[in-house]
Amino acid sequence: MAENGTNGHGYVGTRTIRPDGVDKVTGRARFGADFNLPGQLIGRVLRSPHPHARIVAIDTSKAEALPGVKAVITRDDFADQPSEFIPAGEMMMNYKDVVRNVLAREKALYEGHAVAAVAATSAAIARRALKLIDVTYEVLPHVIDVVEAMRPGAPLLHDDLFTAGVEPKPDKPSNIAKRVEITLGDVDAGFAKADVIVEREFKTAPVHQGYIEPHAALATVSEDGTAELWCCTQGHYIVRAHCARLLGLDIAKIRVTASEIGGGFGGKTVVYLEPLALALSRKAKRPVKMVMSREEVFKASGPTSGATVRVKMGATKDGKFVAGFAELKYQAGAFQGSPVQPGVMCAYAPYDMENVKVIGYDVVSNRPKVAAYRAPGAPISEFAVESVVDEIAKKLGLDPIELRMMNAAREGTKAAYGPKFGPIGLEETLNSIKKTEHWNTPLRKWQGRGVASGFWFNIGGETCVSLTVNEDGTVSLMAGTPDIGGLRASLAAVAADELGVEYDKVRPIIGDTGSLGFNFLTGGSRSAFSGSMAIVEAAKQIKADCCARACKLWDLKPEQVAWERGRVRPIGDAADKAKPMSIADFAKVAGKTGGPIVGYGRLNAQGAGPSLGTHLVDLEVDPETGRVTILRYTVAQDAGKALHPAYVEGQFQGGAVQGIGWALNEEYVYGDDGKLQNAGFLDYRMPVASDVPMIDAILVEVANPKHPYGVRGVGETPIVPPLGAIANAMENATGIRFTELPMSPPKVLKALREKGVTAK
Amino acid sequence: MAKHHIETTVNGDAVEFLCETEETLLDVLRDTLHLTGSKEGCASGDCGACSVTLDGRLVCACLVLGCEVGGRRIETIEGMAEGEALHPLQTKFLEHAALQCGICTPGFLVASRALLERNPNPSETEIRYWLAGNLCRCTGYDKIVTAVKDAAVVMRKG
Repeated sequence: MAENGTNGHGYVGTRTIRPDGVDKVTGRARFGADFNLPGQLIGRVLRSPHPHARIVAIDTSKAEALPGVKAVITRDDFADQPSEFIPAGEMMMNYKDVVRNVLAREKALYEGHAVAAVAATSAAIARRALKLIDVTYEVLPHVIDVVEAMRPGAPLLHDDLFTAGVEPKPDKPSNIAKRVEITLGDVDAGFAKADVIVEREFKTAPVHQGYIEPHAALATVSEDGTAELWCCTQGHYIVRAHCARLLGLDIAKIRVTASEIGGGFGGKTVVYLEPLALALSRKAKRPVKMVMSREEVFKASGPTSGATVRVKMGATKDGKFVAGFAELKYQAGAFQGSPVQPGVMCAYAPYDMENVKVIGYDVVSNRPKVAAYRAPGAPISEFAVESVVDEIAKKLGLDPIELRMMNAAREGTKAAYGPKFGPIGLEETLNSIKKTEHWNTPLRKWQGRGVASGFWFNIGGETCVSLTVNEDGTVSLMAGTPDIGGLRASLAAVAADELGVEYDKVRPIIGDTGSLGFNFLTGGSRSAFSGSMAIVEAAKQIKADCCARACKLWDLKPEQVAWERGRVRPIGDAADKAKPMSIADFAKVAGKTGGPIVGYGRLNAQGAGPSLGTHLVDLEVDPETGRVTILRYTVAQDAGKALHPAYVEGQFQGGAVQGIGWALNEEYVYGDDGKLQNAGFLDYRMPVASDVPMIDAILVEVANPKHPYGVRGVGETPIVPPLGAIANAMENATGIRFTELPMSPPKVLKALREKGVTAK
Repeated sequence: MAKHHIETTVNGDAVEFLCETEETLLDVLRDTLHLTGSKEGCASGDCGACSVTLDGRLVCACLVLGCEVGGRRIETIEGMAEGEALHPLQTKFLEHAALQCGICTPGFLVASRALLERNPNPSETEIRYWLAGNLCRCTGYDKIVTAVKDAAVVMRKG
């Protein structure tokens, strides 16, 4: 078979209407909490009121005796798990911790930690039953702050936690789970060459992913141990694996269907309710539905780390960065596994530097275990570095874009974390920003402008899709990575182009775990990148199959037949021997030519290209209240190739606004009692429509040579630059270098007053 | 205590249901009437995902009790399209990619319709302040604002 010119209509790169769109604008789309089964029970979780307490005893007898209660579960219903690290999105987790996080065992480690769960015939009875569970706690001293948790003598969360990554192995346990380090060149020698050195310490608050849809799960386990589960997740295969492990079930016996997902941002890559719903259903022999309240989402899921970061950078007087040092201390929450490793790796990744040393600490404290959040770890370390870069520009009297340009990583640059970059687009994003009208518009008093760049790796990973040509020539597309923001539109466009069929004739769905081979989760900006690679693979099989069928139909040799311009055609000296056939033509004769036409794309996608971006922001500070208003915002980011430009822009815009929230308002507020004081959307204030301006999005396309269409992941990088860009704009507006996030009105007002700045 | 027997109108249909005193209109819509297009994001009136109109007034269904709605006129996302024809707001949300995950979309559509019924030609600022009670975590609001503006143009042309 000859392969030549695959593309048909050219839907890739256009703004097609998403195939799942009508269901989503009519209320028909079913999200996690929208599923119900006949005879279902309602499950509820009892949570610890203490940030740190030994669980001496749990007496469930009174709850079990309440009419309508069908099952109660505690730590005794889950077998303990040995210590074993496994990948969780872009982070690592340990089953010994997972089993303790879903239901506390020896100790409750944060306020909101699940202690028991009940299933009852109504929500009201379930709530009453929770009050009848008698838990005997021995309250222990708690520690919330990362620096305090690292001090000798701090309350210990785990008496078997010895800091990994230090020699010799410590003889005493501590709250420091791990020390990591990357080194390139010699930072001391680098600093010796520096004409200017800037050193600063930064602090960021933990922030929640803030998806609008709370976690939800509906489970049914039959008498023979076969289980079905519907839940909102970024990875139903991962949920299946975790649940099989925690419940001791065969993987083949659990079928997980991912509902439509109402946002995740990394926070729906782990399990909370799913194993509880399954365990309750197994006990009650009835379906069990569980949905978190918003308060539970805040107290017991997510967030990402708060951190303390020290950065020291040196540059020559003409602006060349000669050394970069950083020390990162990231909160992991109650169990180890903060995103400090990627934080370390990303800190200086946007720059071409010879001498870099970054040290990171993973620190546990009495807070909910952190989960991945969009470019996990990177916004924190890059915020600190981008702030210092801005200060260096100011000290040297250099334009901040020019300074970044002078030091920008480019093709061939060796990153401090290891690899040599292929083609990347940082310089292009800096150039695009510099050319905007935005950059060249004057500002008024109390207004400031800031710029910052950002880097994220992106990943590929295990991916499996199918393309089925139906009897009428339409195509069913099945993917196994939950569609979190337009994936089906992108994959359908690729399939339509590859197979020469109309976009509307391709119907994409997300299959359940029984329908496709293993798919890693939607995360790491991987689903459009690796999904489209797998679609190309599946289409290739269909095209080869159709060519072979054509050979038989036309009585031609394989070399006389080729797929060209969306059709199988006779070629060369056979060119006039037969009429070209489309996919629809083959569909009509499928039965007579060998049966169903199906392509199955399966791969472990490699070659995810990093995506770099640069953000530009204007803001205004109100000197009377300390309130900061974002006036104007422009994002430029390298997408490699935008399969669907509107949804790529959407990633840029959404990430920027999440970053604005992180920079200006969002934080977990704890009292001295170790309890979260703002577990609701009123007090944990995410940006609303009136808080932000239009977000201009500039698509830069530096093709990723490892992908058939040049695609790079785009979803995570957009949340990296806003923190630094806004801090830099704040300095520009006020002359004050803010080093602590969020830059909320009370903090801004205090800083202005300390500097003697007043409204008049 | 016995359940309340309520007769009311939802999307033009006469409906009756029984509810406990503590049940919200959102509970009734989702669990009793199986209209799951209205979403629960917070149950405290902060996210707007359960936006519906009650006698034409925009409310959070999670802040209204089921037993309060007897004899009222309730409109939810399920009643927004007329037959096969999508409402111009629904069409423009699709054309402008004004949704990513889609969980907040029903609430935004219901709230936007309520805006355009009062103000057929809102400015960007008016749109942003009217929709400030609806949280979206995915889009950054940009494409939502554009879609509402564009829908207003279409609706003014009739």
